[in-house]
Amino acid sequence: MNEISHLERFTEQEYKYGFVTDIEADEIPKGLSEDVIRLLSAKKAEPEWMLEYRLKAYRAWLKMEEPKWANVHYPPIDYQEIVYYSAPKQKKKLASLDEVDPELLKTFNKLGVPLEEQKVFAGVAVDAVFDSVSVATTFKAKLGELGIIFIPISEAIKEHPDLVKKYLSSVVPVTDNYFAALNSAVFSDGSFIYIPKGVRCPMELSTYFRINAKNTGQFERTLIIADEGAYVSYLEGCTAPMRDENQLHAAVVELVALDNARIKYSTVQNWYAGNKEGVGGIYNFVTKRGICKGINSKISWTQVETGSAITWKYPSCILQGENSVGEFYSVAVTNNYQQADTGTKMIHLGKNTRSTIVSKGISAGKSNNSYRGLVRIGKKAEGARNFSQCDSLLLGDRCGAHTFPYLEVLNPSAIVEHEATTSKIGEDKIFYLNQRGLSTEDAVNMIVNGYCKEVFKELPMEFAVEAQKLLSVSLEGSVG
Amino acid sequence: MIEIKNLHANIDGREILKGINLTVNKGEVHAIMGPNGSGKSTLAQVIAGREDYEVTKGEILFNGKNLLELPAENRACEGIFLAFQYPVEIPGVSNTTLLKNALNSIRKYRGEDELDAMEFLSLVKKKMSLVELSEDLLRRSVNEGFSGGEKKRNEIFQMAVLQPKLAILDETDSGLDIDALRIVANGVTKLKSPENATIVVTHYQRLLNYIIPDFVHVLYDGKIIKSGDKSLALELENKGYDWVIEEAAELV
Ligand SMILES: Nc1ncnc2c1ncn2[C@@H]1O[C@H](COP(=O)(O)OP(=O)(O)O)[C@@H](O)[C@H]1O
Ligand SMILES: [Mg+2]
Repeated sequence: MNEISHLERFTEQEYKYGFVTDIEADEIPKGLSEDVIRLLSAKKAEPEWMLEYRLKAYRAWLKMEEPKWANVHYPPIDYQEIVYYSAPKQKKKLASLDEVDPELLKTFNKLGVPLEEQKVFAGVAVDAVFDSVSVATTFKAKLGELGIIFIPISEAIKEHPDLVKKYLSSVVPVTDNYFAALNSAVFSDGSFIYIPKGVRCPMELSTYFRINAKNTGQFERTLIIADEGAYVSYLEGCTAPMRDENQLHAAVVELVALDNARIKYSTVQNWYAGNKEGVGGIYNFVTKRGICKGINSKISWTQVETGSAITWKYPSCILQGENSVGEFYSVAVTNNYQQADTGTKMIHLGKNTRSTIVSKGISAGKSNNSYRGLVRIGKKAEGARNFSQCDSLLLGDRCGAHTFPYLEVLNPSAIVEHEATTSKIGEDKIFYLNQRGLSTEDAVNMIVNGYCKEVFKELPMEFAVEAQKLLSVSLEGSVG
Repeated sequence: MIEIKNLHANIDGREILKGINLTVNKGEVHAIMGPNGSGKSTLAQVIAGREDYEVTKGEILFNGKNLLELPAENRACEGIFLAFQYPVEIPGVSNTTLLKNALNSIRKYRGEDELDAMEFLSLVKKKMSLVELSEDLLRRSVNEGFSGGEKKRNEIFQMAVLQPKLAILDETDSGLDIDALRIVANGVTKLKSPENATIVVTHYQRLLNYIIPDFVHVLYDGKIIKSGDKSLALELENKGYDWVIEEAAELV
């Protein structure tokens, strides 16, 4: 058998987004204190209530402990070494995209996210977040006509305080966990979306996150509200330069779906993963949660996680409304020394609530990939149903795959099904495809793409193509 | 077309092929028969380039090229096709996707233009009728949930699309009922031309009623111990293998 040499010869993996933009930044000195939070809030010219919110979160955070239960290992993070605010210097308020620094536009163009409205690919409105601030939201006017609000959350705090006050932290409480509390104290920017009653958002809404500055943490905050009968599909992409130091990314995303509303949230996460010796890369510690508040509402999370040195992330659904539906479709790829501990929580509270979990883990190199999922059926969740499918695929035999499914069923009428498989990528499958004229590299891509198909088909078209390419880049050199 | 000279091959240090000599010319059909475990599939896989087997001695020339130097995918691109005894399932990959990629990879290797979607589709339609394969099987994942017979027919269908110079059918007849056997055999016969060649591996003679071999070889314990024409297959059917084995033992 040739399997070892076949599957374990890793070549240098190209990360084509690893460049640094040379742009003057407005930064707060590193470190965290009440003064830093006051300064940050002042820089953003925030109302008093927001500062209070932040300080409360900070004080709570000081009393909390970093979670240790995840199956990931990293040296202690020095929170005083992090810069909590970094913004590209530009004119205070931008009237149009023409005023955006050309260097920034160039950066996003290079990342494949053109911001000039006319060039944006059909049907996708983009908000671009660079380090700590949102630099451009396209198609603002067109969406405005429908009453859709798609703006940086920093603006929403000023322009729609009632909505923000009502829903911020309503899904992820400030003290939910250590990183959520930290985010609440220092979050810099992110997207705010409100879809009014009965409106079907006519285009994909998208945010592109980019960490640029050194030693900077990125703490974005996203809040999406779909009012009764509304529909929105949201896409999130992210990259970072290659740096030898680890950088912290601790985001919070909250989704609220009212009666008959639907939210589809798709992520292609490609933060810098570190080099093949495991130096550098992003620590991606993210809290994502949605609540199906209304009857017949639906929230779908689809994620393709290929980047980051460490990923700690459990996009979840609270199924409160009767007949509401939660879905989680995930592909998580780890290569080299990457570590991922990801999964979902489906909390069934309402009657006849349904959830589906499809998780596809792919491990290569010396990486570690864990699925961690909780399905909880509450006492009143009469007739609730869950189906979970967790598959792990191993490329080579120095990587690890682990599955931690937790199940709490308090209502006897519930039906819960769980299927799990772990397999090695089959030499017989590769040989079969070789024999049909395909190179080993192409054969592996084909097998892996087939394995992920159930998840990819949930992604919007352009994203699915992007995700497939990303997958083959992530696994480049992992075979043959 | 293919010349196999004194071929020895091991798996996990155990010698399976112990000096195979075989020459197949353009336009010929060769049948390789022999009891279970004699090394027929091993020979097929070694020709196709499976790396699990270690070739310790001998050579294989394919149209003058040293085949043993080429990786499996290049052997396929040179025109070797193996219909597997046990075709594998590839979840999530449709038959069409596999075939389109395979065909274009082979065409690229040969310096030919890739087929566009329309050209590919019309080729596929034409070949499908050859093995009476339903369109539904095209869209489904490769071999997933196919019956034994469907898998075998799918192998012949792939062969029809890829149009190899040398086709090796490894027990394509086993697990087929008489109708399926006829369909498969007809497909193979229709694909025969003076320019290509076929090696049929089987341990029943019934397939050879449909695909008439020019030569029949008996493989036993890693060696070809007897060769003849199609009457040898009938003789084996009637008398079994023991007499050939005894005959061969006396010669040593
Ligand atoms: N992967 C393998 N590992 C160990 N032994 C094998 C393997 N494949 C085949 N063999 C052995 O090689 C011999 C020939 O097998 P095979 O070529 O499949 O025979 P046939 O196709 O003629 O029935 C058998 O004894 C079989 O057990
Ligand atoms: Mg066999």
